[in-house]
Amino acid sequence: MTIRHEMIPERPAPIRTVGPIAWLRANLFSGPVNTLFTLVGLYLLYVLLAPTIQWAFINADWVGTSRDDCSREGACWVFVNARLGQFIYGLYPGSEIWRVNTVFASFAALIAWLAIPRLPAKRWVAIATLLAFPVFAYVMLYGGYFGLRVVETHRWGGLMLTLILAVVGMVAALPIGILLALGRRSQMPIVKSFCVVFIEFWRGVPLITILFMASVMLPLFMPTGVSVDRLLRALIGITLFQSAYMAEVIRGGLQAIPRGQEEAAAALGMNYWMRMGLIVLPQALKMMIPGIVNTFISLFKDTTLVMIIGLFDLLGIVQAALSDSRWLGFALEGYVFAAFMFWVFCFSMSRYSQYLERKLHTGHKR
Amino acid sequence: MAQRPQARPAGPKPPFWRDRAKRALIFQLLLIAAVAGFLVYIIGNTQDNLAARGITTGFGFLNNTAGFGIVQSLIDYSSQSTYGRTFVVGLLNTLLVSALGVLAATLIGFVVGIARLSPNWLIARLASGYIEVFRNIPLLLQIFFWYFAVLRALPSARDSLSFGEVIFLNVRGLYLPEPQFLSGFGLIPLATLVAVVASIALVIWNRRRHEATGKRLPAYWISAGLIVGLPLLVLVVTGVPVTWEVPELRGFNFRGGITVIPEFLALWLALSIYTASFIAEIVRSGIQAVSHGQTEAAQALSLPQGLVLRLVVIPQALRVIIPPLTSQYLNLIKNSSLATAIGYPDLVSVFAGTTLNQTGQAIEVIAMTMAVYLTISLLVSLFMNWYNARVALVER
Repeated sequence: MTIRHEMIPERPAPIRTVGPIAWLRANLFSGPVNTLFTLVGLYLLYVLLAPTIQWAFINADWVGTSRDDCSREGACWVFVNARLGQFIYGLYPGSEIWRVNTVFASFAALIAWLAIPRLPAKRWVAIATLLAFPVFAYVMLYGGYFGLRVVETHRWGGLMLTLILAVVGMVAALPIGILLALGRRSQMPIVKSFCVVFIEFWRGVPLITILFMASVMLPLFMPTGVSVDRLLRALIGITLFQSAYMAEVIRGGLQAIPRGQEEAAAALGMNYWMRMGLIVLPQALKMMIPGIVNTFISLFKDTTLVMIIGLFDLLGIVQAALSDSRWLGFALEGYVFAAFMFWVFCFSMSRYSQYLERKLHTGHKR
Repeated sequence: MAQRPQARPAGPKPPFWRDRAKRALIFQLLLIAAVAGFLVYIIGNTQDNLAARGITTGFGFLNNTAGFGIVQSLIDYSSQSTYGRTFVVGLLNTLLVSALGVLAATLIGFVVGIARLSPNWLIARLASGYIEVFRNIPLLLQIFFWYFAVLRALPSARDSLSFGEVIFLNVRGLYLPEPQFLSGFGLIPLATLVAVVASIALVIWNRRRHEATGKRLPAYWISAGLIVGLPLLVLVVTGVPVTWEVPELRGFNFRGGITVIPEFLALWLALSIYTASFIAEIVRSGIQAVSHGQTEAAQALSLPQGLVLRLVVIPQALRVIIPPLTSQYLNLIKNSSLATAIGYPDLVSVFAGTTLNQTGQAIEVIAMTMAVYLTISLLVSLFMNWYNARVALVER
């Protein structure tokens, strides 16, 4: 009888169960129906992507100054290149663009600080973003202080205006939304019904009618002789609209906090505002961040509607550039550029919100 | 008998702001006063402004002649019609594009949402690519893209794209053949009605029989066959009393058939494709919300695969899907107001746009427009509440 004293060397797993071929078999060609789907999918991909890549990259023209530099066989990115400054800053005077850049950069730094979980002192940065930054941004963008030239709001436009509308709408809507959400959960019947009517009204009508209202009816509501800046009218409309949606997100977060939290706080002798401000809202707001980011994404996309009341946001200024007689016939390039810009912003925000959802979901997962 | 001990030792009465009920009362009175004061202020200002501009308020303007034409109208309309009629035309156009948009978006959304869960890696990736692309691009931009970059770039009527020489697509729109109903066609709707009634009766009878005896017929298949088959049978028996009027090129344009204006096409495409990406996500999360244990339990009862889906998985998934789905439908209806950007004659474009500009009756026009959307929202949320109450989990 023989006894082996050493192990038989490990053999590699059969090629049918691991490795790329097995993966292909399992995921793409596991049966006749699946194979058919894969082939149809590949064909679809080819039909969609091949001409697009051909148009956007291979046959495209990238450098030049006028439309004569374009061969017209593919995309003419020269158009976007020539107009890039306008697309981003609108008609903001060229010598003052550093002001916009400073605001953009500081905003990006603040948001990055808030978004990266490892960095400390979140609370102070958040307070600075919500309270100090708007003042700073207003002074920088509008001017009139510290020897800065005044830049009228009708010169603002492009991506800059889109960001301003979205961020201001959001920051202004947050406190109103919190108050409305608390009011809707209140036990005082009049306060509650007022909040319900307010929220349901703004949620029930399209943003475009609100913007129409803000641009047509707001001047009627003001005392005779007082005129409201057009940008401010749009901002008021957007803020009212957004605060209603915000209130619903916040209400969802408040409902997720067990009643015991508030009762425990009451047992410690806290009054209503202490209970809300110190116990309930801090817990609720943390759970609401994904929802808030999602409403921000839809607000960001909705800001494009302001072009209908005559403001030139990113889409508005692209649309205006398309009717320039020197650059007729580049609609596709303009739209693809604008779509790409919006997509990058919205997609990264939605990815961030998904990441947060996963991160905050610990412990509740089944 | 001993007196009940007092809850609070007798002492100085607490001041009124420590009394919860009184505080709530004061707070609410303050709110009413603030809102009323705000309204009075605004109404006063508005009256001053209207007087300064010489605008009279009231709905009398609805009876005046509009004097402008509308490209697409479902009812008789000419430039001699009244402003009141423009309202109706706009409303119907809004409802038309919304209804067709809801249909198409549901169809695309369910297909993409189910494809997103496909075991086939490529199909799942394609579906998620669709969702991520169209969800993250503003709707208005998509409408512009379809209208200005695609439909406006189509050839002129003479070089129309032709599909089998019956459907034509050119820069002026889509031309479809129009069915002309001959006498005797009236039987076909009648046959459909009979089939629908018979199917409902069959389903109810089948359910009762199933509960009583445990036997069941494939009632859904039978009724599907009935609803399709009976009208077809009548159609063949009566000798197909339908002819098609095919659009024809005469001069510079097509005559005859149904014309779908490019504004409608652009709006409809963009609305359906955009909303479908949201519906797809709703469908995916709804199906994933049904835990796998449910499927396994149903299989352990040796239910066949089809019944597992129909009796266990889909009813539970629908409970998750329907509420966000209705709110997407509502969004679609509200988003159809973007029509005004490309000139599709919907309510906002015709009424809050042209009519407002011509009459200057800003308050009345905006109020009527908002009232329409509010009514639709309220009706849908009423339905939602009813549905939620119906399908809510009955927990012990």
